[in-house]
Amino acid sequence: MAEKVLMKGNEALAEAAICAGCHHFFGYPITPQTELAAYMAKKMPKIGGTYLQAESELASINMVLGAAAAGVRAMTSTSSPGLSLMTEGISYMAGCDLPALIVNVQRGGPGLGGIQPSQADYYQATKATGHGDFQLIVLAPSTVQEMVDMVFLAFELGEKYRMPAMLFSDGLLGQMMEPVVLPEPGDIKTVEKPWAVTGHGGKRKHNIVNSLYLEPNLLEDTVRARYERYAEAQRTEQRCEEFMVDDAEIVLVAYGASSRICRSAVTTARQQGIKAGLIRPITVWPFPNDAIQKAASHAKAFLSVEMSMGQMVDDVRLALNGARPTYFYGRTGGMIPSPAEVLEEIKKIQEGK
Amino acid sequence: MAVVFERPHALTDKVFSYCPGCPHGIVHRLVAETIDELGIEDRTIGISPVGCSVTAYDFFACDMVEAAHGRAPAVATGIKRARPDNIVFTYQGDGDLAAIGMAETVHAATRGENITVIFINNAIYGMTGGQMAPTTLPGQITQTTPYGRDVKAAGYPIRVCELLSTLDGVALAQRVTVDSVKHVREAKKAIKRAFENQVNGRGYSIIEVVSACPTNWGLTPSEALCWLRDNMLPYYPLGVYKDAYPEEGGAKK
Ligand SMILES: Cc1ncc(C[n+]2csc(CCOP(=O)(O)OP(=O)(O)O)c2C)c(N)n1
Ligand code: SF4
Repeated sequence: MAEKVLMKGNEALAEAAICAGCHHFFGYPITPQTELAAYMAKKMPKIGGTYLQAESELASINMVLGAAAAGVRAMTSTSSPGLSLMTEGISYMAGCDLPALIVNVQRGGPGLGGIQPSQADYYQATKATGHGDFQLIVLAPSTVQEMVDMVFLAFELGEKYRMPAMLFSDGLLGQMMEPVVLPEPGDIKTVEKPWAVTGHGGKRKHNIVNSLYLEPNLLEDTVRARYERYAEAQRTEQRCEEFMVDDAEIVLVAYGASSRICRSAVTTARQQGIKAGLIRPITVWPFPNDAIQKAASHAKAFLSVEMSMGQMVDDVRLALNGARPTYFYGRTGGMIPSPAEVLEEIKKIQEGK
Repeated sequence: MAVVFERPHALTDKVFSYCPGCPHGIVHRLVAETIDELGIEDRTIGISPVGCSVTAYDFFACDMVEAAHGRAPAVATGIKRARPDNIVFTYQGDGDLAAIGMAETVHAATRGENITVIFINNAIYGMTGGQMAPTTLPGQITQTTPYGRDVKAAGYPIRVCELLSTLDGVALAQRVTVDSVKHVREAKKAIKRAFENQVNGRGYSIIEVVSACPTNWGLTPSEALCWLRDNMLPYYPLGVYKDAYPEEGGAKK
């Protein structure tokens, strides 16, 4: 087995992307994703790849769109304010059925917000990453190792379903150091891209990468066909980790950095005789509805814990459809909930307060 | 019977959707003839903008991408960096290139992206029905300057070639028009050089075509060409604004 190395989340993600065959990175500087771009700037010239510092996130996402249209694995990374600028390009990529990797190392908002970790872009990532009817694959790592593994998954799922994929990280995971195993070279699963613009070579009709359909019936047909792929992804790609859920009466739902806090709160709760458990969505889109519904067969209540004012909690409620009471606990603006605060919430629910 | 005039191979057989008398059709033809003459259709990737030429992807027979409004230079950059051996061109109107996409334009130019830009300056937003463009002339009446463009309120028109000619990354910045046979020939030569520059790895080349929009100017096609000569050309003088490789100029091939 490959050797373990100690790496910062952002840098491990960058190295993993290169291992995954992504040799085209376009970005615009922003905290707290800085190390990722810096790593790419150092590495790409050495492997004959592209690191390009664009003039804005509007430009960088459209460069990614161009490279993805040309059939290569391409990516960008940014943080919340930058992602807002990218939403135009992301909508066009969804409308052109282009796979690519977008990393959002979330920070506090709205506006310029702050530079500390946050999870307040959940709505943006899962409900409206731009105009129009569309979804992204959204993967939420909670360890540095997962940041590495999910880069591969993001490219694979993106290419399989022809969707842009987002790695939904935050400042805490990005800056944190943990031991990781990097993948062996040659582990890349790619697909044919007969739709890509490569020059027709005199061998085929011209390819057109486009999101414009002036005839509404054609646009509707295209969007419906796309939603069939989304439905397939929802059926087969829901991923989550369950921690002590089997007999849990109070089930916490948390992803990314907040799931790490919840895990220790659940462990302490168990030590104190409270049957708590944790469902950690790995795919926040498609959301792990099945696991939540299954847990509702024995759980009395659910608690969504987020570094936001309460966004994912809506999806928990939708999954439960009123079957169980659902509570929310969150901190925002870059404040990180402590395990003790979360335990306190668990106890309140336990005591029926 | 001898064939004396044919559709260029690089144009599909789709009928242009442009208004009668619109110069877009002439410029499409010049680009397609150039692609044919250089024998590059099989490796060319074109980018259509948001504007009247949005559906140019249906008209050019090479691979095509449709970009968001103003983002064609960024999309072209992504394609060119991914496939440096392909020939990449954008085809953009004045709103697309010089308003919403000015940052992308200036930065693609200053990076010396090895791409070819065909810029249609018709002093108006054609597709959305005739609003003021960044190139609308002082005093020009449009839907959104109903009393004429008042430079105190709306600012001055942008001369794109002059502006870009100050950038080191630009290989060629030339302004042409297509109001007469002579000018069409010159335009063709310029467009061809802009593509040849890319084939030779020279960096960013832009050909600005002073064009007309008879429909939104509210003129007949021939009146529009007169208006272009009388009003556009004095403000937007034809000529070469930057040519980093003049020794390669002239009538090649
Ligand atoms: C983000 C965005 N803003 C506005 C529009 C609406 N729009 C479509 S075409 C256009 C103007 C195009 O004008 P120009 O680039 O001069 O090209 P022309 O139509 O004259 O050829 C505008 C504003 C749009 N499609 N997208
Ligand atoms: S609106 Fe103007 S620019 Fe557009 S096709 Fe018609 S004449 Fe040409």
